[in-house]
Parts: sequence; structure tokens; C-alpha cells
Amino acid sequence: MSLSNPNSHTQTAPNDRNGVTQSAPVSSFQSLLSAEVIAPVVVGIVMLVIWEVGVRVTNTPPYLLPGPILVVQTLIRDWGELFPSLIITLQITIVAFMAAVVSGLLIAILFTQSKWIERSFFPYAVILQTTPIVAIAPLIILWTRQVISGESSTFVSLVICAWIVAFFPILSNTTLGLNSADHNLINLFQLYKASRWQTLLYLRLPSAMPYFLGGLRISGGLALIGAVVAEFVAGTGGTRSGLAYQILISSFNLQIPRMFAALLLTTVLGIIIFVILTLLSDFLLRNWHESAIKREN
Amino acid sequence: MTFTPAITLSDVSKIYSNGTVALKDLNLTVGEGQLVSLLGPSGCGKSTVLRMIAGLGKMTSGSIYWGNGHDQRKLAFVFQEAALMPWATVQENVYLPLKLAGITKRAAASSVAEAIELVDLQGSERCYPRELSGGMKMRVSIARALVTHPEVLLMDEPFGALDEMTRSRLNSDLLDLWNRMHWTIAFVTHNIYEAVYLSNRVVVMAARPGRVIADVVIEAPYPRTEEFRTSPLYNEYCRQISMALSHAASPQAPSLTPSEESADLFDSVA
Ligand SMILES: Nc1ncnc2c1ncn2[C@@H]1O[C@H](COP(=O)(O)OP(=O)(O)OP(=O)(O)O)[C@@H](O)[C@H]1O
Ligand SMILES: [Mg+2]
Repeated sequence: MSLSNPNSHTQTAPNDRNGVTQSAPVSSFQSLLSAEVIAPVVVGIVMLVIWEVGVRVTNTPPYLLPGPILVVQTLIRDWGELFPSLIITLQITIVAFMAAVVSGLLIAILFTQSKWIERSFFPYAVILQTTPIVAIAPLIILWTRQVISGESSTFVSLVICAWIVAFFPILSNTTLGLNSADHNLINLFQLYKASRWQTLLYLRLPSAMPYFLGGLRISGGLALIGAVVAEFVAGTGGTRSGLAYQILISSFNLQIPRMFAALLLTTVLGIIIFVILTLLSDFLLRNWHESAIKREN
Repeated sequence: MTFTPAITLSDVSKIYSNGTVALKDLNLTVGEGQLVSLLGPSGCGKSTVLRMIAGLGKMTSGSIYWGNGHDQRKLAFVFQEAALMPWATVQENVYLPLKLAGITKRAAASSVAEAIELVDLQGSERCYPRELSGGMKMRVSIARALVTHPEVLLMDEPFGALDEMTRSRLNSDLLDLWNRMHWTIAFVTHNIYEAVYLSNRVVVMAARPGRVIADVVIEAPYPRTEEFRTSPLYNEYCRQISMALSHAASPQAPSLTPSEESADLFDSVA
């Protein structure tokens, strides 16, 4: 073009970008010291102090409400038993979550290949989702025991329960995402005679990415909840027992501080899962998704 | 200019599945190397005309003929919104049509660079769409259309969402490119001034059902300078077309018969 470049700032754009990428780690480190982080930490500490002081002043017995210091002491003392339980719950959660991700993604892709498949099967996915897991967990445990005998039976049935809970957000979000590709881009792909496979790979899957990752974050927490709930139902059977078993058995034995310690571990696990998935999703969407980007205005 | 038809629409009708009659017996010929604007009120079927030409969706009846050496494969579409992939850089967005044709990135590199240079976006290859202004996004969209070396360009209100200054800058850039590349262009717009400034011919359409009601040849030489925008001739054309448009709004507006259609209706509109 003979005309001078109307967007002369074009030339400086790459430099701007480098500036942004370089400053990103700095700003995330600074955010650790920002008011957003400090405020809830202060609130938390104040609450813990009130709790501890309240328990001491009122002389509340530990079997009703242990103070936070006692809970931490118990956590350290019983770490040898609690930690293996934590690992088992974590294993159930991870396996169920992985299964939910893979199956949710594959079934969502299957759904978008044919409206009829989606119409025929989606209602059943909804039914699976709306049935309370507590209600069907005993059945699943029973049936799994028929198929798989021995040690791993409980583990498998708990994974199945957690999977049922975790699977739906991935399926429904990804299905929505795969169908939400920009209309004009779909036309463009059609115009250039893109194959079904190309359209899926280059258009539908990337379009579904933010939806899928949203589902992932919900699903990670649900997998943990599913694992804990199912373990409550499974009760004390089996030797490989997770955090829910520790909570259950501690409450039977009125070891309330230990129950709190197990509860604390469950909560921390949930938070860690959420944080990891949020970081993962921010990382994957860093280039294009608005919610993951702090706009510079 | 000798007139060789590049695209001929003959009695094209389109009824959408919900019963909307978008086009009824529409006749239109776009000459080889012409820049023809389609102008009309919202909902009169301008986009539908382009979609039919591009083969996006079936016509209800009628047919489309392609002139010598042309077919749908030599065609590119520019949408109203830039329609870029937000997860891909400028370079990757421009590469897309070639990627879909199975051409490797390496083999496509020079074509991609050339297309980006044509729209003056050198230096922004690695930017993501969110980092670009509206006008720059539109340039990327045009580069993506040009990368396959098309002979026919279909543009659906490409500059509709842009501010007046960006629009007129892109208008003159487009004329510049067109002058060099000799594309056949069907250009949809609802902006009279843009239509007159750009086109060899302005085809005015009316709604319900979509049809051609006027066909105005703009007999002003190219290259058209900024002075053309203020000339009496330009204003006269704008006046003619805006009268035809207000005519289009009245329900009794006649449909143009094929014999009249290719004639210069400059006088009959007045
Ligand atoms: N996919 C569709 N299904 C049903 N009706 C449609 C569809 N697309 C367009 N129409 C209808 O067909 C008519 C023509 O639509 P079209 O998009 O071609 O108009 P247009 O002239 O491009 O309007 P605009 O200037 O607003 O873009 C309108 O009445 C519209 O409601
Ligand atoms: Mg339109």
C-alpha cells in the first residue's frame, strides 16, 4: 500500500508484549503481598485467636470443640495414620477426576458429532447427575463387590462414585463449548472445505477450551466431595481407608480433635486441587481468554 | 471497460426453514474485475446473496453461473466481524485457509508473509487478536481472505463496525489493492457514501421479499481520490441512491426484471 501505515503503533506492539510477559511474574509475586491476600489472612488469624481464646475462657471440653492449637497438635501426633488416609483419598480423587476428564471430553465430542446421539443420551447423563450419590453408592459398592473381589473392590467402587459426581460438569460444559464456536468461523471452515476432523481439531476444541477448563475446576472439587461422601457410605469396610473413614471413626470414638484434624486435611486438599486447576486454566488461556487476563486499562 | 460476467445469479430464491422469504427471483450479474456494492435496508437479504454465491446453504430455486475460469474455490469471504480465532496469532489466523488445504506451515510461510504485508500489518505477526484495534483485526481478516490468492472477494459489511476515519482509510486501502489485484468484488454495505466511493455499480435491494430495485453505475474514473468524496458528481450519486433507498422502504417498490437489470438505471431512478 502506498499510504503510510495508519496504525503506526503496530510496530511497537511486539515490544509491548514482551514488556507484559516480563512483568507478569513480578506482578504475581507482588500480588502475594497485596491487600487482596493480606485481608483474608488477617481475618483468618483473628478468627483462630478468638476461637482459641473462646475455648479456653469458656472451658469448653475438647470432645465438644477443640481449640485450633489442639487440632494442630493432634494433626502432628496422628500424622502417621492420617497421612496414609490422605493419600488414599487423594488417589481416589485423582483417578476419578482423570476418568471424568477423559470420559466427559470423549462423550462431549461424540455428542457434537451427531445431534441424535446428543438428544438420545444427554437426558441420561442428567439423570445420573441428579440422582444423589449417597443414594446409589450402596448399590455401586454392592455391585462392584460382585465383579471385583478382594482389596481393590472398595477402591474401585469409591472411584466410580466420585467419577459419577465429577463427570457431569465436564460433559455439559464441554458440550456447550464445542457447540459455541463462532458462527462466522464455522462458515469460514465450511467455505474452505474443512473436514469434520479439521473443524473439530482447529475450531471446536479450541473454542471449547474455556468452557472445558471451567468444568474442570468444578469437577476437581466434586471428585473430592464424591470420594468423601462415598467413603462415608462405604463405612469401615476394607483396610484401605481414606480421610472420611478417619472422620467417621474419630466421631464414633469421640476423638473430636482428631476428627477436626482429618477435616482440616480434607479442606486443605480441596483448596489445593482448586488452586492447581485455576493456575492450570489461567496458564492455558493466557493468550486469549479475557477472564484470565488483566486488561491494561 | 469490457463487460464479462464473472458471477450470474438467475432467478435466485431463498426461503429459510422458518418460512422467511429472504430472496425472491433475484437476478444479478457481477462483471469480471468489477466492484459491485449491494446496498439495502437491514434484513433485505444482502448477506443471504453472498452466502448463496459462496455456497453456504442451499438455494430454494434458481441458479448461479460462474464466468470463465472462476469457481467457488477461487473465492474468499470477509465477514462483518473480523471472525478471528482468539487463541491464534495474526500469523496463524492468516495461515488458516492454507492449513485447511493441507499446506505445511513452511510451504505457506511466504504466502502468509505476503498477505500480511498487503494489509500493512508487518510487525504484528505474533500478536493475538485481543492486542489489536478493530481496524487491525479487520486487516487480519482481509489478509486471511487474500492468502489463497482469490479471484473473487465477497465482503459482508467488512467495515460496518468501524469508526468513520478507520473506515475511510480502509476504503482507500481496499481500492488501492483492488487496483493492483483486479479482483471481482461483491461488497455488502448499508452505507451509501461508502458504496458510491468504492463501486463500479451500486445495486439497491428492497426487503420482504429481498429483490433488486435499482442498479446504478457509478461513472467516475479510478483512482478515486479524497477530492472525489466532495465532488458534485459524488453528491449527486449519493442523492440518487438515497432516493432509491427510501423507495425501497415503501412496500410497492417494483422488482427489477432481468432485461432492465444490466442497464444503467441512473435516469430511471431519478
Ligand atoms: N439462518 C436464518 N434462518 C432464518 N431466517 C434467516 C436466517 N438468516 C437470515 N434470515 C432472514 O432472512 C432475511 C434476510 O437476512 P440477511 O441476513 O440476508 O439480511 P441482510 O440484508 O444481510 O441484513 P443486515 O443488513 O441486517 O445484515 C431476514 O429477514 C432474516 O431475518
Ligand atoms: Mg447482513
